[in-house]
Amino acid sequence: MINTLIQGILLGGYYAVIACGLSFMFSVMRIINLAHGSLAVAAAYGLWLLAAKAGIPPFAGLLIVLPVMAVLGWLLQRFILERSARGGTLLPILTTFGLSIVIDNQLFEQFGADTRSLAPFIGNLSYASWQLPGHIFVGKLAVMMMVTAVFILGGLQFFLRRFALGRAIRATAEDPDTAGLVGIDARRVNAVATAITMVTIGIAGAFLGMRATFSPYAGGPQLLFAFETAVIGGAGSLWGTLAGGIVLGLAQSLGAQLHPQGFLIGGHAVFLLVLFVRLSRLGMPQLDKLGAFLNFRARLRSPT
Amino acid sequence: MTFVSNGISIERWTKSSRVALGSMAAVLILLIFAPAVLGAGAIDRMTALFIYVILAAMWNALAGFGGLVSVGQQVFFGLGAYFTIRLADAGLDPFVSIFAAAIVTGALSIPLSLFMLRLKGGEFAIGMWVVAELAHLLVNLDRLIQGETGTSLISLNVYDSGTRRATIYWLALASMAALLGALFMLMRSRAGAAMQAIRDNEEAATSVGVRVIATKRLLFVLAAFGIAIAGGLWLATATTFQPKTYFSVQWTAYMIFMVLVGGIGKFEGAILGAILFFVIETFFGAAGVWYLIGLGATALIFSLYLPRGLWGEIERRFDFQLLPVGYRLKLPGPTKIKWKE
Repeated sequence: MINTLIQGILLGGYYAVIACGLSFMFSVMRIINLAHGSLAVAAAYGLWLLAAKAGIPPFAGLLIVLPVMAVLGWLLQRFILERSARGGTLLPILTTFGLSIVIDNQLFEQFGADTRSLAPFIGNLSYASWQLPGHIFVGKLAVMMMVTAVFILGGLQFFLRRFALGRAIRATAEDPDTAGLVGIDARRVNAVATAITMVTIGIAGAFLGMRATFSPYAGGPQLLFAFETAVIGGAGSLWGTLAGGIVLGLAQSLGAQLHPQGFLIGGHAVFLLVLFVRLSRLGMPQLDKLGAFLNFRARLRSPT
Repeated sequence: MTFVSNGISIERWTKSSRVALGSMAAVLILLIFAPAVLGAGAIDRMTALFIYVILAAMWNALAGFGGLVSVGQQVFFGLGAYFTIRLADAGLDPFVSIFAAAIVTGALSIPLSLFMLRLKGGEFAIGMWVVAELAHLLVNLDRLIQGETGTSLISLNVYDSGTRRATIYWLALASMAALLGALFMLMRSRAGAAMQAIRDNEEAATSVGVRVIATKRLLFVLAAFGIAIAGGLWLATATTFQPKTYFSVQWTAYMIFMVLVGGIGKFEGAILGAILFFVIETFFGAAGVWYLIGLGATALIFSLYLPRGLWGEIERRFDFQLLPVGYRLKLPGPTKIKWKE
């Protein structure tokens, strides 16, 4: 039982990493990117390709994949998101959904239906573990993901507070027009924010590939996990994302103990439960003012 | 035509729209006799087309008129098929089961709407997807379904294949006609005016007393009911039920494609989109993955460069309406406004 809890909590690290990009983008540009999961899977394939065909191990491969992701983020913002965001709130949903279909099927076309994994290229890291008292084994990779999650979330927060560009992002998220009046180029800021988001997506893709297998159509589930984490994380700070990831990880691990299909059911059930409790407590449809995405927005607004 | 003041009138019907409605009714009547003339393969394809029209019209009702983009509409498609199996297994006639299942699904969508409709934009879109995933997993737990192995609508076997094919065809035709008719009437009613007000500006609509949530719920439930009928009909043509196939997000992708290409928020757009999708599928469906990439890319390009869709462009260029659901203000001739001096 304690083992289940520990594994569930550590799984939360992965969910925090993949969710942080989704909420960061929403907080800055008010766009929920439906291609989020597909992009993470594409990054995992990129690392797999480098490892299997060019012999570059995944951790070195990140030095190539992450800059590529950042550039792709810049292009994505300039050529797709920027244009679709001008057409109101519905259009970015449709556009990014179309994009996800293209990415998923393109991956299928290139790599076929076989599931892949990065595990063979990282030595024994995928199964190595430390033994704790009471026959509990803690995976080294799982701990690494948790540490990375804390590092990314903390780093992002530090960046938003201490750097001029971070402050520009906060200002744009708050009110792009007014930010423009004081000389902040919203287009540039949004492109930078998308690039940062894509780097976190790349890291999430690497972890996805190292801890499990992935296939061309794995993007949908990853998007759902990221979204659930962000919503469960709820109000407060960036750390809400981490908390959300841990709750989701726990719900899935406990669900898996009850039933073979319980892993996914547990996660979805907790998500709907949290949503239901929130909305019923709130009374009326001000989801805008709460929840998931408040995460970042609250942080962005706090005057510290 | 209602005259408001000298020369200015409000139009609900145009000459072209009367002709369009009349010819549509004529086509529908002609279609009734198709099973007597066409071969088995053609009848099956026509049935598929009617189902696509239902899917497109229902998704368009929700997204185009209600401003609610859902990526989880496959939940109703899957539940429609699942409840059809369940009710048929309980001894109900399979054809009756399709419609009973749609009523059950529609009823289930009411409590679901209570909290899903409070979500906005992308939150609603992905939230519905989570609901679809959960429903899929729960259906898998049913022993009758045997997980992903699935099961068949065995009770259809009491009908011989000819009767079965024609019956499904007529049911699909009648369902399509009834759902399109209901949607058309609804859009022209007071509720329809409310919906279009919400779509154009929710805050403004609220401020003039439109009951936003109630109106959206009406559309949500109608779309759930219609898509469930489509799911039941699809099951009747395919006979086998595999949860993975019916709860696939691909169904929603098809709906989005049809509506985006045809013209979101246009009554005629969804029908045009469904016909186009049907033609494209007929010719390129065999191309497999490339076909899907093409669909995704087309949806992406339309949303970026032609967000009004084909019908929206036709309407804009030629000022042409076949099935008007709104009101048009008609000014007399080349307007000469006399200013008071």
